[in-house]
Amino acid sequence: MSKHTIELTINGRRHSSDVEARTSLADFLRDDAGYTGVHLGCEHGVCGACTVIVDGKAVRSCLMLAVQTHGSDITTVEGLAADDGTLHTVQQTLQDEHGLQCGFCTPGIVMTMAALTDESYRSQANPTEEQLLGALSGHICRCTGYQGIRRAAKKLANPVEIYSGDES
Amino acid sequence: MKPAPFDYVAPASVEEACATLAEACGGAAVLAGGQTLIPLLNLRMSQPFILVDINNIPELKGITRVDHGIRIGPATRQCDAVDSDILIQDLPVIVEAVRHVGHHQTRNRGTVGGSITLGEPAAELPATAVALGATIEIRSSQGIRQVSADEFYLGPYMNVLEHDELVTGITFPGWPQGHLTIFRELAQRPGDFALVGLVGALAIEAGKITHAGLAWFGMGPTPMKARQAEQLLIGQSLQDIDPEIIAESAVADTAPFDDQHTSAEYRRTVGTRLFARALLEAIDAQEAV
Repeated sequence: MSKHTIELTINGRRHSSDVEARTSLADFLRDDAGYTGVHLGCEHGVCGACTVIVDGKAVRSCLMLAVQTHGSDITTVEGLAADDGTLHTVQQTLQDEHGLQCGFCTPGIVMTMAALTDESYRSQANPTEEQLLGALSGHICRCTGYQGIRRAAKKLANPVEIYSGDES
Repeated sequence: MKPAPFDYVAPASVEEACATLAEACGGAAVLAGGQTLIPLLNLRMSQPFILVDINNIPELKGITRVDHGIRIGPATRQCDAVDSDILIQDLPVIVEAVRHVGHHQTRNRGTVGGSITLGEPAAELPATAVALGATIEIRSSQGIRQVSADEFYLGPYMNVLEHDELVTGITFPGWPQGHLTIFRELAQRPGDFALVGLVGALAIEAGKITHAGLAWFGMGPTPMKARQAEQLLIGQSLQDIDPEIIAESAVADTAPFDDQHTSAEYRRTVGTRLFARALLEAIDAQEAV
């Protein structure tokens, strides 16, 4: 049972910690670093609730070991809104479209869509509707509130509509 | 849902990784993308005492053109394979197959070699390797050997690897420009393992099929090569074949199973239809050229 020292950046802040080899990134983020916005559902990669952004890509934090993130740059849902509380576009769009009910699955969904739409992460053009909806297949919402989430995804793929006031 | 304790090493070279595997005498597990291994650890279905993380070994990553084909490093991420210009140009069927592996989020970590090595019977990539005639390079402290994908799989999740061996490359032979891509799968939801799937390629020269590589997934304990159908197709012109008859012979090479998702009979029926449709689609694509 080896222990390892890791240094990484979480939401723009440097962290250094000693972790057991078997500690998942999700447990490390919640229990050690205190980012409890990372929600743990199934712990085997099926539900998507624990999705965070590691070096620009949305990944399941329950399927990565904390020790593997040495030197990485991680964003959790706590790191998206501006310091003054202004929501990230993805968060705002989900709110506008009622894209959440109980909210348990929401942090994961937010991180997947942020990784795809946020200019600071993406390398390519704005994602298509198909890409966003395809990526959402990796998330389970047990409230089954998928229609609002889908509406938000469609708006994010067609950002002009956000400002047009078109509610159709 | 927490793994049993284990040690962790992240060697910087293949030699070092192989030495650790040999030393562990079967008690080690190789960590590539971890998208299957970590669930197995969390569920304690697997309890290795040491994990050998191969993500820090540069030579195990990347997609390159080699003599007569393409070499994919086993630790190449599935998301990088989807975006690979080399694959899109030379062997688009691999891109199509990888798109169907898991979800966007798991493809960001999951590796091509991890999926191919694991050999889940219903997974896309093992069947793709078998269909296209890939060769798997295996190294240990003792040396290096090449095994054809066709001979690599022994059963569900079982392959010819010894405990001290590591997959260090997968080489796909080149297919002529303009070859036809075959990919069809039926799954309950996007991202689920296929109930039935078919993958492969057809090379056509002067109107005749010169080379056919086709394999099934979800239709037996390992990827199943559709040998009889390949033989029937070679030398034929697409316009002259009867897709229904060839589909029957393609299904003859399978060993479908009953499981909680569906029955063997369903797999056989749907497989036959998928195969015939794939050929009809290929005929249409050929006519459109």
